Amino acid sequence: MVRSHVLICGGTGCTSSGSTALREALAKELEANNLSEEIKIVQTGCFGLCALGPIMIVYPEGTFYSRVATDDIPEIVSEHLLKGRIVDRLVYNKTADVEADSHELHASLSDTDFYKKQKRVALRNCGVINPEKIDEYIAMDGYFALAKVLTEMSREDVVQTLLDSGLRGRGGAGFPTGLKWKFAMGSEGKKYVCCNADEGDPGAFMDRSVLEGDPHAVLEAMAIAGYAIGADQGYIYVRAEYPIAVNRLEIALQQAREYGLLGENILDTGFNFDIQLRLGAGAFVCGEETALMTSIEGKRGEPRPRPPFPAVKGLFERPTILNNVETYANIPQIILNGPAWFASMGTEKSKGTKVFALGGKITNTGLVEVPMGTTLREIVEEIGGGIPNGKKFKAAQTGGPSGGCIPASLIDTPIDYDNLLEIGSMMGSGGLIVMDEDTCMVDLAKFFLEFTVDESCGKCAPCRIGTVRMLEILNRISEGNGEMEDLDKLEELANYIKSASLCGLGQTAPNPVLSTLRYFRDEYEAHIKEKRCPAGVCKKLLSYNIDSDKCKGCTLCARVCPANAISGTVKNPHVIDPEKCLKCGACIEKCKFGAIYKK
Amino acid sequence: MKSLSELAAIREQMKDKVAIRTGSGDIRVVVGMATCGISAGARPVLNTFVEEVAAANLTEKVMVTQTGCIGICQYEPVVEIFEDGKEKTTYVKMTPEKVKRVVEEHLKGGKPVSEYLIGNTKL
Repeated sequence: MVRSHVLICGGTGCTSSGSTALREALAKELEANNLSEEIKIVQTGCFGLCALGPIMIVYPEGTFYSRVATDDIPEIVSEHLLKGRIVDRLVYNKTADVEADSHELHASLSDTDFYKKQKRVALRNCGVINPEKIDEYIAMDGYFALAKVLTEMSREDVVQTLLDSGLRGRGGAGFPTGLKWKFAMGSEGKKYVCCNADEGDPGAFMDRSVLEGDPHAVLEAMAIAGYAIGADQGYIYVRAEYPIAVNRLEIALQQAREYGLLGENILDTGFNFDIQLRLGAGAFVCGEETALMTSIEGKRGEPRPRPPFPAVKGLFERPTILNNVETYANIPQIILNGPAWFASMGTEKSKGTKVFALGGKITNTGLVEVPMGTTLREIVEEIGGGIPNGKKFKAAQTGGPSGGCIPASLIDTPIDYDNLLEIGSMMGSGGLIVMDEDTCMVDLAKFFLEFTVDESCGKCAPCRIGTVRMLEILNRISEGNGEMEDLDKLEELANYIKSASLCGLGQTAPNPVLSTLRYFRDEYEAHIKEKRCPAGVCKKLLSYNIDSDKCKGCTLCARVCPANAISGTVKNPHVIDPEKCLKCGACIEKCKFGAIYKK
Repeated sequence: MKSLSELAAIREQMKDKVAIRTGSGDIRVVVGMATCGISAGARPVLNTFVEEVAAANLTEKVMVTQTGCIGICQYEPVVEIFEDGKEKTTYVKMTPEKVKRVVEEHLKGGKPVSEYLIGNTKL
């Protein structure tokens, strides 16, 4: 009889910090202590606090251990699992109550700042169930939404439920999901249901976590979509760079087929539906819906003009609906709990919750799910734990290379689709990169533009050529060769590219430049007029110097300089030769007297 | 192929197994599992609690867990039961047989088994 469950995260984040070895070591140690029958190890999906991985939770107490190493395992087994004494030094400090002397007063995970304001709908099973066991998904009411749809609801009912719920596409643009389904439902003949799991924004990993932590939710929702629009075939287009997600999807598909929850005559209702995986090779443009479908067809992933929209003419020229992973993950819950429940969360036009991947200069790097309308301040300062090292919040980038930045002055903006568009950013898939005062906004715009230049498929000229021209101008500015008229040229080019590009990639590519120009024009001007990078990032505009009053002549800097740019004799102030200096910063790190500065 | 009723049966059967991760634990059964407790036989006591609580379908309400030494080693195995809004109950010199009665009469019936309580036990 099992008396305790030890949950170990098997998501990509914790796997890379060693959770697989941890699981094996724990199994061995339990065996050695004759506890294998009493204590069950459960591999789960992502808990969200990826920065603190590998993560382990012990139930029934709900003890939250972070950064567990294999060396800690014997102590956890002999102290906690055998004797019930919680290993305090490994407990996530936000859950440990330092005032209390009793072990029983460890705060539960849901009371920590990180989880308190979260509302988990799409991520409800991530970190709770074992994603490789269909029975655990069923225990959480899994496949009962499909059963309800097949036995109690008409196709029109399903679409109406989605329309009433107000669910909008979580992939970026926020198109109402029910409307998409309604269009496809009205078409005749063979149709397809597709899932966009080609998550390409740098720093975004919420879809990966859903696929890794709760793959059956996506399969169930796709079957519901198949019933609603009258399709019997689905495709999941997932990146080959997500090996754990692909593996779990394959296991989930096999288990669902064994249980007859995919395949022919599902639950004896006469409904047939099956799903195939298609692995993408990582081209960013294949996240665009028409390019994705072209790629599934086995052709080179390039977009085509819309209309016709996929609901009319999509995959294999047949009516198709394409939704994002997170969108699907919400659907079984909407069917089970009703549209009113879902619509009670969020803002007037953006219902439900949204998952964000927090990254950049933030304490709690990881995944969070919050109701729409939560302010950026709540996400960054409360859930995210603020900016490390006492630095100041400067801006946050949402929507990746298609989005824009939100400056500190707008930190109290409630985040939803429409508010973000209004301030020149977009929801995107939900990557949220936090920047502090050490981030140069010109450099940031350059980073995203380099990405889109690389990823432009080359089919249409505005995107292929225009983005390269913009990048050349940005490079000039960051090297100190910019002129004021370059800023007008950037804006002019950006507007041409936005209006003339074929697909979403080109139409949104200029956004990072436009939004940094809008909120941080003074930084661009400092680069151009004063040949100065205020954040101290753009290397060409920096010079490293030694303060001769502070330098003691210890020679350390001269020894670490890889370019031999520092000269001087012992106990005399050294000097840096600007011609030879690579601006790598190695000397600043080593100097014990704070004598080296950059300007 | 599964029918809807088979699906429901799997859900019922599995619910108990995952309840340990989601249960509210209105009642907490804490078994002293320090060296003194273990040598006095606390492990079979703990395991019997887990089995009996599951058999009585109480997994969602009752959390069975361990703690360290509470300082009355001569009374081990010691079991404390915490319930919201009630005073703590302390059972001493527990055995698997006694556990069955405690689950039946205390956890299920709501009435502590008085003869096992610390106040009524002589060494």
